[in-house]
Amino acid sequence: MKKTEKWITNTIRIAGSSSIFFVMMIFIFLMREGIPALHDVSIGRLLSKRWYPIEDLYGILPLISGSLIVTITSMVIALPFGLGTAIYIGEIAPQGVKEILKPLVEVLAGIPSVVLGFIGILVLSPLMRTGLNLPTGLTALTGAILLALISIPTIVSIAEDALYAVPASYREAAYALGATQWQIIWQIVLPAARSGILNAVMLGVGRSLGETMAVMMVTGNAPTLFSGLEAFISPVRTMTATIASEMGEVASGSTHYRILFFIGIILFFFSLIINVASSSLSVRPKRGKDQVVS
Amino acid sequence: MKRKAAYICLLILCLFLSACLSTNQVNTNKEVSQNAYIENKGSDTLVNLALAWAEQYQKLHPEVQISVTGGGSGTGITALINGTITIANASRQIKPEEIESAEENGFEPIEFIVANDAIAVIVNPENPVDKLTLEQVSKIYKGEYTNWQDVGGEDRPIVKLSRETNSGTHVYFLETVIRLGSKEDKNIFSADTLLLPSSEGIISEVRDNPNAIGYDGLGYVSSDVKMVALAKEAGGDYILASAETVVSGDYPISRHLYMYTRGEPVGAERDYMDWILSSDAQGTITELGFVPYIKE
Repeated sequence: MKKTEKWITNTIRIAGSSSIFFVMMIFIFLMREGIPALHDVSIGRLLSKRWYPIEDLYGILPLISGSLIVTITSMVIALPFGLGTAIYIGEIAPQGVKEILKPLVEVLAGIPSVVLGFIGILVLSPLMRTGLNLPTGLTALTGAILLALISIPTIVSIAEDALYAVPASYREAAYALGATQWQIIWQIVLPAARSGILNAVMLGVGRSLGETMAVMMVTGNAPTLFSGLEAFISPVRTMTATIASEMGEVASGSTHYRILFFIGIILFFFSLIINVASSSLSVRPKRGKDQVVS
Repeated sequence: MKRKAAYICLLILCLFLSACLSTNQVNTNKEVSQNAYIENKGSDTLVNLALAWAEQYQKLHPEVQISVTGGGSGTGITALINGTITIANASRQIKPEEIESAEENGFEPIEFIVANDAIAVIVNPENPVDKLTLEQVSKIYKGEYTNWQDVGGEDRPIVKLSRETNSGTHVYFLETVIRLGSKEDKNIFSADTLLLPSSEGIISEVRDNPNAIGYDGLGYVSSDVKMVALAKEAGGDYILASAETVVSGDYPISRHLYMYTRGEPVGAERDYMDWILSSDAQGTITELGFVPYIKE
């Protein structure tokens, strides 16, 4: 019996540490393929303003600015909707509504991003052009709206879990003191679930930074550098779309190939920063007696 | 308990081995029944034509299987060099660097000119502009003209559309139109040119957006976008793209379409390439809006 147990424990241990192994391998691979780019192309050229690889112009600033513009805008859109939905599902909605809403949000999570991209091209982009009177509907904002749709389910389900983890005794105590429902949500539940909600936000950011297909289809992919507020309603090119659309053409080992991997390293570091930030901000919800009550 | 676990392990092992064995058998059977498998990839301009050819040829020769995929000329040639395909479609000629890396991989790419194609410059049907000189098109794409008024149209911003840089059409357009064929000219597409991943993307944006200008192979141009007549220089004749104007050489931007093989083709590949160059297959070209290649 003891032997079987040991065997099972070891298997689980291997399975558990395998993800560390995979992350390490991916990191080493990215470094090995991408770092030589700095050898081929000077930092000054990498930080130039024009991306046009077939003429050896490898300025990655427009790509970084494109990714940031789209991600930040999508979060500005997704946060109110995501958190609002989570609060409604977790705190306000009656049981029946809750049981319909939660699976619906999960269905939204299951829609492949290429399908959303298709809807973006056919429906959203013409609407944006005529509605906002823009030269073209393929803009950063169009991409951001789709990304918001993609990241909202992540934000909702994690934030809702965080709200759920707030012990019911907190709410009961507040009610007993005569607090209104809004006061409870705003002053008791949200502060108590703070770390979990931050975590939800960070994962949403990560989701939208890494998304490729939908963004590639609707942002127009023009590598323009951020030049003021109109950048939000102009075409942009993101890092992920650049890698996806150019990786197929490059000869392996060429400068262009290395630079694409270098962009991959930048993306990797962006999401690393997001993850570290989210885990350092969030403290795991305590599981104690209170949990049993709820 | 222990014995049970051992039995289960043995059972799984047996299943696994038998699965391996049976797939092997399937593979050998396949090789016997199919004499040849040709993998054909590359230019999105050529993909519809290549598909039509593959279908016709498979009807004539059921023993040959041909798969056709797009992705762009650069993608196809890279795949040929890496050895994942046997025939690459390209809407531009292979570059010297690509020949070099092919030779490093131990083969010489053999070129076949399979058809001709015109690049049509297209605008939305609502746009009153119906003729441009090549220089005007070049200035539009370089970002010197930003309003349709600059070329005699309405007061609207110009939205420039292009294929991605892995497209042979993109490279051809850069060299022939933006740089007007001059080797010293180092101008490139203005940074705000939208790079769309597919030919359909360009057609659909031009169809919906009255500000847009785009370019695409003649075979892709549908009736819901408007072709612009082009003149080589100011004062010259404005000519619309069609099979006749390409064959006569009057239309200023037309090019060859190519297929590349890994070394001299042999066997089924040889037969396929010979068939493509025969009058039988060349007839399909006109049906799809391309221009047959006529040997001088």
